[in-house]
Amino acid sequence: MRQRSLIAITAALAAGALTLTACGSRDEDGGSSDSGNGGTTVVIGVDAPLTGDLSALGLGIKNSVDLAAKTANEKKYVEGITFKIEALDDQGQASVGQQNATKLVANDDVLGVVGPLNSSVGESMQKVFDSAKLVEVSPANTNPALTQGVNWQTEKVRPYKSYFRTATTDAIQGPFAAQYVYNDAKKKKVFVIDDKKTYGAGLASTFTEEFKKLGGKVVGTEHINPESKDFSAVATKVKNSGADVVYYGGEYPQAGPLSKQIKEAGAKIPLVGGDGIYSADFIKLAGAAGTGDLATSVGAPVEDLPSAKEFVANYEKAGYKEAYEAYGGYSYDSAWAIIEAVKKVVEDNDGKLPDDARAKVVDAMQNVSFDGVTGKVSFDEFGDATNKQLTVYSVKDGDWGTVKSGTFTG
Amino acid sequence: MNELPQQLVNGLLLGSMYGLVAIGYTMVYGIVQLINFAHGEIFMVGAFGAITVHLYLLPDGTSIWVALPLMLLGAVIVSVLVAIGAERFAYRPLRGAPRLAPLITAIGLSLALQQAVWAFYPEAKSKLAFPQIEGGPFTIGGATIQTGDIFLLIAAPISMAFLAYFVMRTRTGRGMQATAQDPDTAKLMGVNTDRIIVIAFALGAVFAAVGGVASGLKYGQIDFKMGFILGLKAFTAAVLGGIGNIYGAMIGGLVLGIVETLATAYIADIPGLHQFGSQSWAEVWAFILLILVLLFRPQGLLGERVADRA
Repeated sequence: MRQRSLIAITAALAAGALTLTACGSRDEDGGSSDSGNGGTTVVIGVDAPLTGDLSALGLGIKNSVDLAAKTANEKKYVEGITFKIEALDDQGQASVGQQNATKLVANDDVLGVVGPLNSSVGESMQKVFDSAKLVEVSPANTNPALTQGVNWQTEKVRPYKSYFRTATTDAIQGPFAAQYVYNDAKKKKVFVIDDKKTYGAGLASTFTEEFKKLGGKVVGTEHINPESKDFSAVATKVKNSGADVVYYGGEYPQAGPLSKQIKEAGAKIPLVGGDGIYSADFIKLAGAAGTGDLATSVGAPVEDLPSAKEFVANYEKAGYKEAYEAYGGYSYDSAWAIIEAVKKVVEDNDGKLPDDARAKVVDAMQNVSFDGVTGKVSFDEFGDATNKQLTVYSVKDGDWGTVKSGTFTG
Repeated sequence: MNELPQQLVNGLLLGSMYGLVAIGYTMVYGIVQLINFAHGEIFMVGAFGAITVHLYLLPDGTSIWVALPLMLLGAVIVSVLVAIGAERFAYRPLRGAPRLAPLITAIGLSLALQQAVWAFYPEAKSKLAFPQIEGGPFTIGGATIQTGDIFLLIAAPISMAFLAYFVMRTRTGRGMQATAQDPDTAKLMGVNTDRIIVIAFALGAVFAAVGGVASGLKYGQIDFKMGFILGLKAFTAAVLGGIGNIYGAMIGGLVLGIVETLATAYIADIPGLHQFGSQSWAEVWAFILLILVLLFRPQGLLGERVADRA
């Protein structure tokens, strides 16, 4: 009997392990680019949530980086170098992201990493990359502290030299949304909700500050649990608060149901969020209730930029299963920035990769400047994008439509 | 405007969902003393069973009133099959093994089922939209009830009444009570205990499937992780009400749901507790209540009256 149960446990464990490894290998076979032009292989790491709630955005990031690598190989953009990507899944969790960072650092061929999506994950990865002098370019992290230090409001200090981003920060995004809501949409009473994560809480606080400064009133605040999907109690509070708009700092997996439940509770007021809710999945989750909801997102709408036409066409031609989503253009630009930096380093070294290529790429990244999908790509002294364009979108007929595009000016 | 009636309704609905799933925990525990941690996943596969019927077996545009019974049937079939399979292949070989072995198996099975759905169900990597019942909300006595919630409001009491009848009045139900009291003696009296155990798993799965469909209708979406947190909550509800007691499971679910909702709604208004009042703290309050109940009444709210346990 004892023997039999042992066999059973072993079998169960083996079956479990097999399932897990099957998943593992699936994540790691991230599209390799075959059309090489010989010579040295340089790997661009990708870290994003490829499974789970945020996978819609994460897969868009992975595909766009893959497209950048393929394009560089096809054009033979860097002589003697073939780019490959290695995509790891962080499931939107800081602990997993850090393990992935260690994994990417251990692979000597990796000269740059694009990602992650979540600011909280970015926080956990920065130090690992910085000690390895491996450059990291995030297309989506918007928390100001990542580039300007935790005391960014009073004293800006760049914590990590190897960290860059093509996304605009919440220090701009929150106030930009506040100005739109107060001045253009003429809403004066707001109910602020956040998910207590690095991104959500940061965005909600920069929004609140500017909204109060403009003369608006915060009639209630609430923090939700991102693991939950029953927000009915919160929705009832929103309704009874008399607010005429809800601001949500967080991401679409919660924002969709939240918007739906607030409208169901009887408060027919728009929900406004940041780039974390600017996804087609938000509309899917919110259903008809999402109509009229607003989101701000970094940059100008990719489809409207002449520089992006080529990207959109190539993306479609490459036949990726998933859409490029909110960060596609930024991911492509992030990857391209790495490619530009590698090119500079290789050219300075007589067409070969130097031994300390990683450190050289970090230095080269600081001075990168080119016309990308989202406009001019270059970085300031903190590693932030110099492009500070933002756009307000709203849900119309089951799709995001552009409302207003502009730059935030204090 | 007084929001208490609305918040009570919110809590009642959430609690009914917990209760439906809690029944599965409590029945299996009552009979084989196993905490079936994979039960949350039985709830999840039920919801996926329902959406499979909707997406792949019914023509597009089928009226929800036609589709709903068929989806419910699909949910029940999938849940029951998975539950019976789990019992037959994962738990039965371990009967008589130290208690820790089936418990660990249950946790492993829970992970395996989640990952299997994630890996093999088309598009399960992100959330799937669940069909909704059309029609506006109803307002009764200051509280608004959504059309999607009506299913839960009707299904939960009916399920409970059916279960009470089944356990107390039918021959199989009495066999369950006998097995719960003393499996060896029950066997000597001619009760087929293996069959009884399978029935307990299957019945739990039926309620979990009803809960899965209710969850899809209520929230409009399902995903492969939906059973994990809900399973933990339902297990908590079962312990709160007195594990092993089927009425306790329902009561425990309702208490848990209402406490969470009221904590979200009112704790912030108590002077000095403002920062502990948001929804992210609701679970903390719910678990404080659980700890208090277990400290002063370790057998749970309704206790484990042996005659009722099934």
